[in-house]
Amino acid sequence: MIEIRHLSKTFRTADGTVEALKDVSLTIPDGDIFGIIGMSGAGKSTLVRCINMLEKPTEGSVALDGVALETLSKKELRTVRQKVTMIFQGFNLLMQRTCLKNVCFPLALAGVPAREAEKRALELLDTVGLKDKANAYPAQLSGGQQQRVAIARALATQPKVLLCDEATSALDPNTTASILELIRDINRRLGITVIIITHQMSVVESVCSHVAILDQGTVVEQGEVGEVFSHPKSAAAMRLVFPEGSPDAPVAAREGERFIRVVFNGAHATGTPLIARMAAQEGIEANIAYASTRSIGDKMFGSMLLGLTGGEEAVSHAIDFLTQMPDVLAEEVSVHVS
Amino acid sequence: MFHNLFEGEAVAEALEIIRTQFPMALWETFYVTVLSTLFAVIIGLPLGVLLVAGEKGGVLPLPPWLMKALNVLINLLRSVPFLILMILVFPLTRLIVGTVVGTVASIVPLVIAAFPFVARLVEGSLREVNPNTVEMAQSMGASPFAIITRVMIPESVPSLISNFTIAITTILGYSAMSGIIGGGGLGKIAINYGYYRYKYLIMFVAVILLILLVQLFQTAGTKAAVRSDKRLKK
Ligand SMILES: Nc1ncnc2c1ncn2[C@@H]1O[C@H](COP(=O)(O)OP(=O)(O)OP(=O)(O)O)[C@@H](O)[C@H]1O
Ligand SMILES: [Mg+2]
Repeated sequence: MIEIRHLSKTFRTADGTVEALKDVSLTIPDGDIFGIIGMSGAGKSTLVRCINMLEKPTEGSVALDGVALETLSKKELRTVRQKVTMIFQGFNLLMQRTCLKNVCFPLALAGVPAREAEKRALELLDTVGLKDKANAYPAQLSGGQQQRVAIARALATQPKVLLCDEATSALDPNTTASILELIRDINRRLGITVIIITHQMSVVESVCSHVAILDQGTVVEQGEVGEVFSHPKSAAAMRLVFPEGSPDAPVAAREGERFIRVVFNGAHATGTPLIARMAAQEGIEANIAYASTRSIGDKMFGSMLLGLTGGEEAVSHAIDFLTQMPDVLAEEVSVHVS
Repeated sequence: MFHNLFEGEAVAEALEIIRTQFPMALWETFYVTVLSTLFAVIIGLPLGVLLVAGEKGGVLPLPPWLMKALNVLINLLRSVPFLILMILVFPLTRLIVGTVVGTVASIVPLVIAAFPFVARLVEGSLREVNPNTVEMAQSMGASPFAIITRVMIPESVPSLISNFTIAITTILGYSAMSGIIGGGGLGKIAINYGYYRYKYLIMFVAVILLILLVQLFQTAGTKAAVRSDKRLKK
């Protein structure tokens, strides 16, 4: 379990101080996939870097299984970091070494003999589906493959916690989906706690069970993903749920209108025919209040906000219809600004 | 000035000198250059590492006064003209080699002149390493020493090879200059025959050999750098 208590981080720069984190408190249960979402500059990277003490908190505490990390010596911290590993937006592989040697890197640091390390590294490359690339150099791999190698490397020391800082932000939606699938798989099979930092709703929605919304250095909302996103209370959550334009626009649209958010995570469908089909087959007329979807090949990613006027019955009917499609999430959204 | 360049007598004499003295001179130039570069790298590489790792925010921050002293020392040595440096280090040369003239003795001033230069080159190479890669290593619990030896240096090998090539060709030039005060090799021949005795043909041949040596080092260095770089998709 990771317990973050009253964590603050202030940077001193030439032109004044920057309060990157202000009194952040979070509890991340073991085995969870925990999302931390926020706009650029919200302090997400700073928060995740405080979790492995790459950044020393100005105030507050980060405890891993009851051990306050800020009290540890540099040497003790290095041991902890073998158990709290990290993957990055830029993959950060050693470019002059083969994939195998990259995965061996943390094992060599931990003093594992070379032969044994290579054996383990090969197994890990197999886990991430890249056994045949063991002797390739990172430059010869695609971004998705590089991130897989980075994941294998992060797993090498059998960590308890995997920190992912924008790990899929440099990847296309299809590759993002496959990397997230891999992360979910690792979480399930190995029981590793995963912390996912992202600015993309779709990432949180597709893998996380809990989420914290970070806005200007403070946690403005946290809880179960479905709960937080279907009842956004803070302005920051509103902005995430209703990306472009203000939430009041759809709210003010029609009398008695209710909204559902539809999320496509690689669904085999094109959005509009689905909505059209819902109207034709189920007789539910939906007003598309907002849509941001992209199709890649025959798969669709993104989200929509549908306005429905048929009351409770229409809403649950529509949700039933939509969620029977594979890779489609739908939930009602309450739009009351607190 | 070069009127006697290809007179029969001059050519005959040049051929004689080339036959008798050039092989030895070429060898002297070669080993003085290689040995001086080697020693300059042995001293300059760790200093270059310190210049990067030791600064504020580096992987092994050192006291600011120490960094300041290191920088001043390096700048100081780099700003003394080589000819004057050779004379300035006479006492040191005598201490180490026992004499201040001769081919071996010229290695001392060459190393003193070159190691600060090498330190700066190494500094440049190490600064090219992606800071995110260093952060990755830190996040995996790498010690400062491990980051230096397993990340910073290995990741900048191609750049280091390129820079050491620059160093060796520069040192070759300096070694020729050391001919003026008793160093051996092609430089000495060029100066003795060309400058003091107006045997320009011999001087030209010596210069051409120096040019060829530079070409040889540069070509080999560039090849090695490219070959070692795994970032290139080959
Ligand atoms: N080393 C630093 N020195 C000074 N200010 C910093 C430093 N690191 C971060 N900051 C500041 O702290 C704030 C939060 O930065 P952080 O990198 O944590 O944001 P983020 O949420 O990760 O953003 P992004 O999504 O763009 O990566 C920013 O205002 C940033 O300028
Ligand atoms: Mg960030």
